Amino acid sequence: MPLLTQQIQDEDDQYSLVASLDNVRNLSTILKHATCLATKNGIKVTVENAKWTLTAFRMCYQGYGYPLMLFLEEGGVVTVCKINTQEPEETLDFDFCSTSVINKIILQSEGLHEVFSELDMKSEVLQITMSPDKPYFRLSTFGNAGSSHLDYPKDSDLMEAFHCNQTQVNRYKISLLKPSTKALVLSCKVSIRTDNRDFPSLQYMIRNEDGQICFVEYYCCPDEEVPESES
Amino acid sequence: MKFRAKITGKGCLELFIHVSCTVARLAKVCVLRVRPDSLCFSPAGFHGLREAGLWCEVRRGAFQQFRMEGVSEDLDEIHLELTAEHLSRAARSAAGASSLKLQLTHRRRPCLTVAVELASSLGRARSVVHELPVQVLPRGAWRACLPPSLRAADASIYLPRWRTLRSIVERMANVGDHVLVEANLRGRMTLSMETEVVSIKSYFKNLGNPPESAGAPPNGDLESVVQVRVDNRKLLQFLEGQQINPTVALCNIWDNSLLQLVLVQEDVSLQYFIPAL
Repeated sequence: MPLLTQQIQDEDDQYSLVASLDNVRNLSTILKHATCLATKNGIKVTVENAKWTLTAFRMCYQGYGYPLMLFLEEGGVVTVCKINTQEPEETLDFDFCSTSVINKIILQSEGLHEVFSELDMKSEVLQITMSPDKPYFRLSTFGNAGSSHLDYPKDSDLMEAFHCNQTQVNRYKISLLKPSTKALVLSCKVSIRTDNRDFPSLQYMIRNEDGQICFVEYYCCPDEEVPESES
Repeated sequence: MKFRAKITGKGCLELFIHVSCTVARLAKVCVLRVRPDSLCFSPAGFHGLREAGLWCEVRRGAFQQFRMEGVSEDLDEIHLELTAEHLSRAARSAAGASSLKLQLTHRRRPCLTVAVELASSLGRARSVVHELPVQVLPRGAWRACLPPSLRAADASIYLPRWRTLRSIVERMANVGDHVLVEANLRGRMTLSMETEVVSIKSYFKNLGNPPESAGAPPNGDLESVVQVRVDNRKLLQFLEGQQINPTVALCNIWDNSLLQLVLVQEDVSLQYFIPAL
């Protein structure tokens, strides 16, 4: 079934465009050199990878009850992928409110890249300390070999904004934070905020090749009460 | 029984290393058949096409020196059973070497001696010698080492670009453990698989069909599609790590029963059979 035939067939179909457009924005920032073309037939993404081959990609969704269709064309080979859709679960609302933010810092991401890739995976938690006093911003892990602490002083070159009103020390499961490293690697800046419930909000600012900016937001729950004596 | 052979030349050495590694990837124990004109590899303990199997042939032309004397004048062959990984490890030590020598020897027990000459940049040669224990197979066991002889395939088609084929099979293997291979005599092939959640199908066209594909399609129609469903992982094992540039790469399909992949490069040929699931 060549790509061309499918296009003609789809002329009459309805697509839920709003959802598709959102996906494309994320997709285009994750893929480098991507050109997106949105038409009433679907979203077409063309990607040039390092080997200078063109991969054309199209995603179509006819509506409720139909599978999500992906069409890829690479080097004359057409691949069609049908993914059965599921009933959407209600997305978790972390209820993070900007007005109840206690601490906020904005860091240049390059300062965090190495840290996150070298995080001691034997540690179950990542402890984040944010404080108006020393150590200002600290990332700590506790593993079998010992504990490690990484401090970022508030006047560091990497620190773009530092607004901490209260000392907050919170632990978050590393397994929950690890997925966000993908966004971290792509981002140029990251904002870390914590609210009065100790919930974190990580916002990654990603700039793609055309200069377009997009954000990836990440929320999770704090792990447990931190014992007071922690040096 | 005597056997002595030598490979020199970068291309031939690389091919030999490649063949040994491929055999080791697909079989734990293999049989090395030394014949007057070639060296052949077969899987050991092969009991008919109920499982996947790789047969390789390295023809005499790949060797700079090749001398053998079989069991007897009538039975001019030697069958040696050995652990495939021993040979691949020895062969790998010949990467960048100036020569590799194979010799049937006896050191308290029969051995295949692999001697590698490594030229050092300082001008001093170094040699590495591996003694691989082998078991000489009796005449009665020889028949089982031959590749299967079958009727003509139902469809024969040239394979698409190796890297493309491998990456598609790799992606499918991430999702499920089977793949359906379909082909017709009009140069079209598809690879597909499905699970409860997803179905993936890749379309290849203009692949061309070998002229000597004597297989007549089931109903005489060239468009008619022949298919076989095989274990994806077996297929991937063969596709992975192939760094050769085959002059011929094709597959033969026996409808709903067998898939055979054939690669030929200079004096080396590989044929891999995967039975239907």
